[in-house]
Amino acid sequence: MATVSLQLRDIHKAFGAFQALDGVSLDVSAGELVCLLGPSGCGKTTLLRCIAGLERQDGGNIFFGNRDVSTLPPQARDYGILFQSYALFPNLTVAQNIGYGLAGNSRESLRARVAEMLELVGLKGSEQKYPGQLSGGQQQRVALARALAPAPQLLLLDEPMSALDARVREHLCGELRQLQKSLGITTVMVTHNQDEAMLMADRIAVINHGRVEQYATPQEIYRAPATPFVAEFVGQGNWLPYERDGEHARVGELSLRLHGVRPAERGRLFCRPEAVVVNPPVHEDNLFSAQMREITFLGNRCRLSFELDALPGHALLAELAPDAMPRLGAPHIWVALPPRSLQVFV
Amino acid sequence: MEQVLLSKPQAGARRMPADLADRIFVHGGQWLLLVLLVLAVLLPLLAMLWRGFASEPGQGGGLTAAAELFTSANFRWLLGNSLAVSLTVAAIVVPLAYTFAYALQRTCVPAKGLWRGISLLPLLAPSILPGIALIYLFGNQGALRHLLTDNIYGFWGIVIGEVIYTFPHALMVLLSALALADARLFDAASSMGASPWRAFRSITWPGSRQGVFAAFCLVFTLCITDFGVPVVVGGDYQVLALEAYKAVVGQQQFGRGALIGMVLLLPALLSFAVDLWLRRRQREAMSGRAQVYQPQPSRRRDLAFLAVVLLICAALLGVFGMAMYSSLVKFWPYDLSLSLHHYTFSELPGGWQVYRNSLLLAGCTAVFGSLLTFTGAYLLEKTRQSPLTQALRLLSFVPMAVPGLVLGLGYVFFFNLPGNPLHGLYGSLTLLVACTIAHFLTTAQLTASAALRQLDGEFEAAALSLKVPLLRHFLRVTLPICLPALLDILRYLFVSAMTTVSAVIFLYSPDSLLAAIAVLNMDDAGNVGGAAAMSTLILLTSAAVSLLLAGASRGVLRRAQAWRTTAGH
Repeated sequence: MATVSLQLRDIHKAFGAFQALDGVSLDVSAGELVCLLGPSGCGKTTLLRCIAGLERQDGGNIFFGNRDVSTLPPQARDYGILFQSYALFPNLTVAQNIGYGLAGNSRESLRARVAEMLELVGLKGSEQKYPGQLSGGQQQRVALARALAPAPQLLLLDEPMSALDARVREHLCGELRQLQKSLGITTVMVTHNQDEAMLMADRIAVINHGRVEQYATPQEIYRAPATPFVAEFVGQGNWLPYERDGEHARVGELSLRLHGVRPAERGRLFCRPEAVVVNPPVHEDNLFSAQMREITFLGNRCRLSFELDALPGHALLAELAPDAMPRLGAPHIWVALPPRSLQVFV
Repeated sequence: MEQVLLSKPQAGARRMPADLADRIFVHGGQWLLLVLLVLAVLLPLLAMLWRGFASEPGQGGGLTAAAELFTSANFRWLLGNSLAVSLTVAAIVVPLAYTFAYALQRTCVPAKGLWRGISLLPLLAPSILPGIALIYLFGNQGALRHLLTDNIYGFWGIVIGEVIYTFPHALMVLLSALALADARLFDAASSMGASPWRAFRSITWPGSRQGVFAAFCLVFTLCITDFGVPVVVGGDYQVLALEAYKAVVGQQQFGRGALIGMVLLLPALLSFAVDLWLRRRQREAMSGRAQVYQPQPSRRRDLAFLAVVLLICAALLGVFGMAMYSSLVKFWPYDLSLSLHHYTFSELPGGWQVYRNSLLLAGCTAVFGSLLTFTGAYLLEKTRQSPLTQALRLLSFVPMAVPGLVLGLGYVFFFNLPGNPLHGLYGSLTLLVACTIAHFLTTAQLTASAALRQLDGEFEAAALSLKVPLLRHFLRVTLPICLPALLDILRYLFVSAMTTVSAVIFLYSPDSLLAAIAVLNMDDAGNVGGAAAMSTLILLTSAAVSLLLAGASRGVLRRAQAWRTTAGH
């Protein structure tokens, strides 16, 4: 049985008065890795548990391929799941854990399958160890091998990296993604960490208050956030309240040129810090005089906090390479907010 | 790599409708549990209430009889005696047990395990044993009779007997109340220059006073419902529990027994409710980030506490040693040569049969009770919560609030009803087992729940996603991990069943007479030597089984050391 696509249609779920999922619809293509990204309590884990059949949705349908699994118990759905805690059984060896879901196989084929899975996750020869004797990263691989051993149609990952320290995390993200790609298994991953989502996902569904705010590729999510929530939740950003002034947007005394949009009566402008141009060599649109306030060194980049002269008290951020950073000694600078980088939200 | 996914291993054709087996296990198990709890706990209690208020002629029940009973001078005298004894005992036991628990948990007294073992001795014998020992020590022909000006029979005899009997119960509550302390609080106190006494008053006492209250309630309830000690050393000093026992067993006045039973249920219910309320208020006292307090040696403090501990242990050893010694004496006090002739139990109709009955009862109670409570706890803790699980939780809490005497009365009233299809069980060992399990159900279940809650909550979800039937998962993963807790429950139920008198005394027949009841009967018939011998036998059996199970538990832990010591759960 090969991997399948996954469709969610208008999923609703309430816990008492709390609406955890409020009409979620998603299409995941076969072989795709989709991240459910959002703050804690947004409903992403509930959604994953509904897909797994561990929670029953109040309304809506779930399809694995063209099979409607909405009312099926977890055992009848055919997926593998990797939990945040890994949920490895401490009293069983690595081999017994991986073989746990392989009942009904002959002893020989079971042993062969376990060996195959251990080789797949790069832990050959660990059959007789207990989970407690492995490192966190190794435990995660065993849990993954256990989830994949019965060759499920779908792989679900519930915050798989949160129990690991930062250094291991990035490495394992890459490995997990590589493995997923080579297996070509449809995967849904829950995370609250945007870096993980950016690193791994084909598409990201940003979820807030039980609704999908935006469902797009990582690039789109970052470059063109669909809602203020997405803009704010993913990456850093500058916000400027404006009022319409013909084709332009008026911020305080300043008039900003926009690119290809006719703004609403009033709203907010959004701009990524790295899009801000500091002390441009030639004239640019939306060039304003400003005062530097603070510089934060981030290693490969520097973050500069400044205030526009026409908008005192409203701190804005710019990010640039350390070499391009002006000296703090002369606080006066020129900053350009290129029209293409400005997004308009109501 | 594609191959890995395509080569789906053979699933086997035996896979049935996906979750049928799980449904049978979970829902069938929960409903079965409900039926058992209703039969073994709820209906007997309701039967007792009904008996108390129904006015059948010659039974001493009904509202008129109740009014008559409660206003009689005799009842007020009995109630006064019961309250005086219970309050005195609680006032003596709780400070003693607190000091003892403090010594074990918060000081550097040497050989803590030994003192702890000795202090738990009274749990291993029927409550009558201290009474018997007191008679040998201070009775009219007692070894130390000359130390007392007055007779031991009466108020002080009951109090001393009950103090010994309830001490380990209070101690266990207080040991756990003093078990955990946040070291950071003590560091903060000493850095601010607080004296140890000030630190005690502002940190230790507030953290443990709920345990003190719980211990006080427990001791009070145990005392007011116990009749083992008063029967032996009470003399003319009568108490309510004894009156209920005599009304039912001696005079067949079931209604009167039920009325007194209800009165005895009151303090238990009241203290249970208050305890629950206090517990809810004091929940998050110990946060996850707390550092466990380790006492530092302090010579003067440790010596002072060691003296108290030694004194208490010496008293306990003296009492139990006296009982054992007297069981070996040929004919107290005239022929002090040692022999085993008390151990022939020739005066009992069945002789040693009584002991075998007790072993059978304790064995069955332990095996069936631990499996039932553990499986029950699993079905409550690890399944979706529903009105049914709520009802089960509530029902399984009831036995804790019901004294054994009251439960036993309820069993008499319910299973002795002529119309009850289960009437045939009356007097059988099966009913004794059921009653004993019901009596000790709550503690066993709480132990199981605590062990189960330490397991990762996703274990069941992982098993489901791997299409493993829940029952198989329970047997292959849950039980092995919780084996030490299961052995603990086994031991608790065995020892409790071996020593219990209060509930089963109303239910036995000549064929199912138990050792602990035989102690009471022999003592009643004046065969104190035989009673001491049987008590000693019970004590040794309980101790041996406890040691055996502790050894087994240690063996299990050692065998599983590979995964237990390193497991991060």
